[in-house]
Amino acid sequence: MKKLFKMALVAVLALSLVACTSSTDEPAPTGSTATTGETSSVKIGFVTDTGGIDDKSFNQTSYEGIRKFASEAGLVEGAFEDGGNFTYLQSGNEADYVPNLSAFGEQGANLVAAAGYLFQSAVEEVAAAYPDVNFVAIDVAPIDLPNVQTANFMVNEGSYLVGVAAGTKAIENGSNHVGMVIGGESASMNMFWAGYQEGVWSVCPECTISYDNANSYTDSALGKTLAQKQYNAGATVIFACAGGTGNGIIQEAAERRTNGEDVWVIGVDTDQYSLGTYGDGSQSCVLTSMLKRVDTATYNASKQVAEGNFQGGNIDYTLADEGVGIPAENPNLTESDLAAIEEAREAIISGEVTVSTEPQTSETNPLIIG
Amino acid sequence: MTRRYSKLTISLIAVVLGILVGCLILVITGRNPVNIFIALIRSLTGFSVNNPARGINIMYPLNWLLSSVPIILTGLSVAFAYRTGMFNIGGEGQFIAGSLACATVALLVDLPPVIHPIACILAGGIAGALWAFLPGFLKAFRNINEVVICVMMNYIALYFNDWFVRSFLPIDKLTLARTVAFPETVSLGDLSFGTASQFNYGVIFAILGVIIFWFIMEKTTFGYSLRATGFNSEGSRYAGMKNRRNTVLSMMIAGAFTGVAGAIVIIGSYGYGRIFTAFDNYGFDGISVALVGGSSAGGVLAAGLLFGLMNASETQFQILGIPSEVSDNIQAAIVFFVAIQYGIKIVLDLIGKHRMNKKVKEEVA
Repeated sequence: MKKLFKMALVAVLALSLVACTSSTDEPAPTGSTATTGETSSVKIGFVTDTGGIDDKSFNQTSYEGIRKFASEAGLVEGAFEDGGNFTYLQSGNEADYVPNLSAFGEQGANLVAAAGYLFQSAVEEVAAAYPDVNFVAIDVAPIDLPNVQTANFMVNEGSYLVGVAAGTKAIENGSNHVGMVIGGESASMNMFWAGYQEGVWSVCPECTISYDNANSYTDSALGKTLAQKQYNAGATVIFACAGGTGNGIIQEAAERRTNGEDVWVIGVDTDQYSLGTYGDGSQSCVLTSMLKRVDTATYNASKQVAEGNFQGGNIDYTLADEGVGIPAENPNLTESDLAAIEEAREAIISGEVTVSTEPQTSETNPLIIG
Repeated sequence: MTRRYSKLTISLIAVVLGILVGCLILVITGRNPVNIFIALIRSLTGFSVNNPARGINIMYPLNWLLSSVPIILTGLSVAFAYRTGMFNIGGEGQFIAGSLACATVALLVDLPPVIHPIACILAGGIAGALWAFLPGFLKAFRNINEVVICVMMNYIALYFNDWFVRSFLPIDKLTLARTVAFPETVSLGDLSFGTASQFNYGVIFAILGVIIFWFIMEKTTFGYSLRATGFNSEGSRYAGMKNRRNTVLSMMIAGAFTGVAGAIVIIGSYGYGRIFTAFDNYGFDGISVALVGGSSAGGVLAAGLLFGLMNASETQFQILGIPSEVSDNIQAAIVFFVAIQYGIKIVLDLIGKHRMNKKVKEEVA
C-alpha cells in the first residue's frame, strides 16, 4: 500500500516535470480574441473578494451590473465550459486573487471584473500576463495597461449630500450633533469622511461630529456598541459606513426609534431603507443611503466589451453621471430636506462647490469627537 | 480482534470517504459528481479530461504546489508540537508575526538580492518562534493550557500587526490599507515557467522544513527526548530529561515553521506588508494537515499536498459549476473520518472477520 502510494506520488511529480517542458507551445485557448463584438459568444468573469458573491454589498452589486447587461443582451449565466456566458469565482482568501483572475484568463474570458482596492497588484500582474483579455477593476488606482479599465467613485460628492441630510436633521432635532462609523482606514474611507463632514458643516457649521473606526466590515455587535456610544453622546444621525458592521448600527437605531427617540441612520453602497424597518414594518430608521453604483461600472464595461468599444484607462464615476448619489425614494426626508439636498447636488455638478477628498481630523478641528 | 492498521491506510480510507461525501453532496444538489474528478485531475496535472485538445496547462499544477507550500509548513508546525504533547492552535498568530517581521526586514533593511529574502524569511521564523514562546513557557512552568494562550495570542497578533504596520512601516498612499511594495531585492524568484502562476523558490523552504523536521524528530537525542516528553512528561522527567525546557523549545520550533510560512506567503504572493482584517486560515489548515498526516514528516508532506490540492481546486470546482464550499466540505469530511479512526478500524475488523470466516468455511467445505 505504502509503496503504491509512493509510486503514485512519483508518477504525478514526473508528469508535472514533463508538462513543464511542453508548456510554451500550448495552443492558445479558443475564444480569447477579445472585443469580438459578437454578443452571443462573449464571456464575462467576475472574481469576488473574501466577502463572497452574496455579501449584500459591492461584490453582489458589481455582479448585478453584469447580470443586468446579460439579461438585456440575452446572455446565459453558467460555467464557460458548460456554454455559459458569464459566471463568478469566489476567493477564499487574498492569495486566491491571482489564481482566480488568471483562471478566467486561461478560460478565454473577454472581460474579467473584480471589485475592491485589495485587487490592485493582482490585477496589475494578471492583466500584464493576458494582454488579450480585458479587465475592469473597481476602486483600484489607475493601471497603465491598455486592457485595464479602472473605475473609481467620487464618494466624497455623494457623502456630501447625505451630510447635508444629517446636518439638517440635527438642526431640526436641536442636538447639533451627528456621527459616523467607518469600517477601516483606507483612502476610500477618507473620501467618504471628507465629503460627509463638509456636507454637515455646509448646513450646520456649529455641529459636532462623533467619529469611530470599527476596524471591521463584518462585526455587527461592535457596530451596535459604537452606535450606542454615539447616540448616548447626543448624535441624532449616524452615517454607517462600515459594510456588515453597519447592520448593528441600523438595529440600534430601529430599537431607539421604537422607544420614541428621534434618531436616524444613513445607509451606504445600496439603498438600505428596507434593512431599517421596525414596528409593523411601515417605517424605517434609515434616513437615506449614500449609493455607490458599482453595478454601473460593471454594466458599462460589459456593454463596451460586447459592442467592441472597450477602452482602457481610468473612469471616475461622479454625482453628475449618477455613479454616486441618494436613492430616488426617500420617505423619511421632508420636502425642505430634499430641497436642501437638491440645491447641494446642483452646486456640486455645476462646479460651484468642490468637495475635498482629504478629511479634517480631531487634531485639527475641535468639532470632531473621536 | 487486535489487527493493526497503518496510519497511511486509515488516512487513505478517510480521503476516499471524504471525496465520496463531496460526490454525495453534488448528487443531492443535482450536479454532476464527475466534475470533482475532472477538477482534481486538472489541478494535479494541468490536463483537461473533458477538453483534451487544450493540452497540458502547467499553470494549474504550479498553483497546486504554490498553495501546498505554506500548509506543509504549518502542518509541520502543528505536528512538531503534537509529538511533544502539545496542541499548537496558535498558527494564525505565528503566521502573522512571521509576515510582519518579514515585511519589516524587507522594507526597513537594505540588503543585496538573494541575501535579502533569506534574511526576511529568517526574521519570519524567529518572530514565529518568539510568538510561540509565551504559550510554551506558561505551559511548562505554570501548567497553563496552551490552547487558551495560543488562541489569545492569535488575536493579539492580528491587532498588533495592524498597529505596528501603521506606526512604523511606510503605508501605500493609494489605498492606505497596506504597505508600499517591497524593494526588488526581496524576491523569491520566478518558477512559473512562463505562466501567470506565482510559484517561486519558497518551495525550497518547505522541502528543507520536511527534512529538518524528520532529522530532529527521528535522528537526534533531542528529538527523542521531545517524543519522550510527549508520551509521558513526568516519566521523561524521572528519566532525567529536561521536560520543561523541551516543552518551550518544541513550541518555539513549531512557531518557527509557521513564521517561515508567513514570510514565504507574503513575499511570494503579495509583495507588500499586509494589514490583516481576518485570519487567513493557514494555521488552522495546518491542524488538519498534521492530523491527516499522522504527525510524521512524510505524512505531513503528503497531507499538505492533498489539502493544497483541495484549496487550489476551488478555482477549478467553480469553473466546472461546483460551489467552492464543496472543497471545504471534502476537507472537513476527511478530517472527520481521520478523527473517527477507531470507527474505521472497527469496520475494517468486521470486514476482515467476515473474510476470514468465509475463508474458513471454504476450507472446511
